[in-house]
Amino acid sequence: MVTLTINGTKVQAEEGSTILEAAKFYGFDIPTLCYHDDLTPYGACRLCMVEVDDGKRTRMVASCLYPVKEGIEVGTHTERVIKGRKLVLELLLARCPNSKTLQDLASKMGLEKVRFKMENETCILCGLCVRMCAEQMGSGAIGFVGRGQKREVVTPFRTASEICRNCGACMYICPVVELQCRGVKSPGELCNSCLVFTPQCLEKFGRVMCTLESCGACVEKEEK
Amino acid sequence: MKKIESAQQLDALRNSLLQQRDVKKPSVRVCLGTGCRARGSLDVLKSFKDEIQSQGLKISVGIKQTGCHGFCERGPVIVIGPKEIFYQSVKPRDVPEIVSETLLKGKIVDRLLYVDPATGQKTSCEHEVPFYKKQTRRILANNGRIDPTDILDYIAIGGYQALAKAITTMSCAEIIDTVEKSGLRGLGGGGFPTGRKWRSCREAAGDVKFVIGNGDEGDPGAFSDRSLMEANPHSILEGMIIGAYAIGANQGYLYVRAEYPLALEHLQVAIDQAREYGFLGNNIFGSGFDFDIRINRGGGAFVCGESSALVASIEGKVGEPRAKYIHTVERGLWNRPTNLNNVKTWASVPLIIKNGAEWYAKIGTEKSKGTAVFSLVGKVNNTGLVEVSMGTPLKTMIYDIGGGILEGKKFKAVQTGGPSGGCIPEKMLDLPVDFDRLTEAGSMMGSGGMIVMDEDTCMVDVARYFLDFLQYESCGKCVPCREGIKRMLEIITDITAGQGKEEDLELLQELAETIKDFSLCGLGLTAPNTVLSTLKYFRDEYEAHVRDKKCPAGVCKDLIEYFILEDKCTGCGACLKLCPQQAIDAYGLTHTIDPTKCIRCGICRDACPFEAIIVK
Repeated sequence: MVTLTINGTKVQAEEGSTILEAAKFYGFDIPTLCYHDDLTPYGACRLCMVEVDDGKRTRMVASCLYPVKEGIEVGTHTERVIKGRKLVLELLLARCPNSKTLQDLASKMGLEKVRFKMENETCILCGLCVRMCAEQMGSGAIGFVGRGQKREVVTPFRTASEICRNCGACMYICPVVELQCRGVKSPGELCNSCLVFTPQCLEKFGRVMCTLESCGACVEKEEK
Repeated sequence: MKKIESAQQLDALRNSLLQQRDVKKPSVRVCLGTGCRARGSLDVLKSFKDEIQSQGLKISVGIKQTGCHGFCERGPVIVIGPKEIFYQSVKPRDVPEIVSETLLKGKIVDRLLYVDPATGQKTSCEHEVPFYKKQTRRILANNGRIDPTDILDYIAIGGYQALAKAITTMSCAEIIDTVEKSGLRGLGGGGFPTGRKWRSCREAAGDVKFVIGNGDEGDPGAFSDRSLMEANPHSILEGMIIGAYAIGANQGYLYVRAEYPLALEHLQVAIDQAREYGFLGNNIFGSGFDFDIRINRGGGAFVCGESSALVASIEGKVGEPRAKYIHTVERGLWNRPTNLNNVKTWASVPLIIKNGAEWYAKIGTEKSKGTAVFSLVGKVNNTGLVEVSMGTPLKTMIYDIGGGILEGKKFKAVQTGGPSGGCIPEKMLDLPVDFDRLTEAGSMMGSGGMIVMDEDTCMVDVARYFLDFLQYESCGKCVPCREGIKRMLEIITDITAGQGKEEDLELLQELAETIKDFSLCGLGLTAPNTVLSTLKYFRDEYEAHVRDKKCPAGVCKDLIEYFILEDKCTGCGACLKLCPQQAIDAYGLTHTIDPTKCIRCGICRDACPFEAIIVK
């Protein structure tokens, strides 16, 4: 076992595990988009970045990939981390303004405005579907093509794949395939209605009993 | 040819080569580097061969094709031995005169000599030319002396002696100690201590290890790796063999971009020759050490110069970087310990082994030893390949070696390290060039590009140009690099189009800082350097674009207007004839430009013989 500090708390983690795994185990909430427990970590969305001090220097690392090391101090919500995370999310939202997953994350992080020109893409290029197809379904029917702005997920040569079994795993794992958020009104504005939404359950059961995936709305409201 | 099996055999071969070669014999060395080739040096070489044959001189005159001499501005360049007479801008029609005058009579052809524009003095020797005089050539020392396609030439100047010394007399630990003591740092731009990297790789667990030579130079304006690979491929091979021996690797890879056909050809020839002489293959120098090198051609993606993307590319995967929290020296190519160095770093190794660590560390600064190679380009008089000792001030490089700014204009900025380097302003020209000082100044050593800019350069436009390059070359894997660079470019393009807003500068700064913090690989981490450094040193230009909607340098087309000065215009009509838009009216004695028709192409200004057309 390795002993490290996360947000000032001494914790223990298994050697070879990542900071994200350790943080999750101890209940520290690090947002992720391209990470999944059962797939190879990819380190592309950069939302799970944390600040690590190894005694020599402080650096920003992707917690989904960085292995735990003896004695390191991890900050999951430092000012530098929050500032960057918000901007990365803002960049993603400018690309896919109607994704509910991204809108919910924005509400949770208190991001209320996008300062860039809005586009209307749907895919955030997290690569979960590509890894799901290859690693879990053993198929590899889809992959990335193109570089930079031209990057996209397609089947080889954009034709119907011979090895695709239409299993739907790619759709199952996609974080942005869902009913699109209808909240956006004018370009650049986020509706943030989830932020002010009061879950019915709160009145009935209180926060402890909440069985929904924590949307954070209740906490945010209490703080306000 | 029999394989060389011991240091004694190598010495014997070298001695016999030196005896065969008469140093007093007249000889011609023609530069066949890519720059001189483009200027017609192949024709010059052919003319020499024809001329010498027709005059029946074949036996007594040696003709040699060499790699890049470095002074590309004045190509094709030739050097005539034994007096080492240096001729520049040689045309095939000059050849008969050179043969009859210089080669036969030993007379100098005056008009082909280099004239120093500052003093007007003519110089007859290469090392007296100011461009070469202030340089300290180590890695490039033999570039213009040997035929890159002939291993015997390399052996004659003492090649492969370092390898013989390393393998037959030194232990692996001794070699690594020597490299570490020399202070050699990664010359690809990273500046990581080479000896320490070797040691980590040597100590990494695993019996299969690899070494890689990185020749995937992709920066616009940089050509030092290419010149070295073209001109002295054996020095790279020798370094790699020594490194592989010290680390314990049996297979090496040279990753070279496919756009460098001549470098690829010369490297392949060199590898074949090294195999033939037994420097590559099994049981090298009878030591039981086996090693071979193969060449991998890169498809031209800029990101493949980044080590983890390069490794992925060799593995046959898409050239995308991965997080390097577990170092390449522990798990690199095919998850085996891998030592990757730039080709210039590899080429430095034989020099260190041969001359000792103290010799290497004698020049340089406290933390950066040895020399740095730069491709000096842009608005300087002498563009070309420059090697200086670490710590040489930028001023020396630009004014003494580079010969100052073109057409006597005013210096504005110099960008070092390629598209992700920063722009250094005039007030910092005394900055000594080394890894740490350049990083402190917000730039970097990078692949050794050095682009000089004059007063006519708009720094906002420069930032826009490099961002455009980077957004095209970003692999697109991580969000900050893919989306962030795109947005920075969007904002800057708006600014150059006169649509910038006051808050844009803040947003630009915030974006740049976040991309620097949050990106996955070196490309993204350094991509904002141009923006950050221009924002820091040339903020007034940004403000002029945003607030006053003016481009002080007169570059951004949406913000400038062309005017004709009435008192200078003679009404000659030179501009009138060339204007593609018929935007120039010629009523009365002088001309006027119709701003609604003008597309700001600048043809009229170039055409005006009286300098009557100005930009505001």
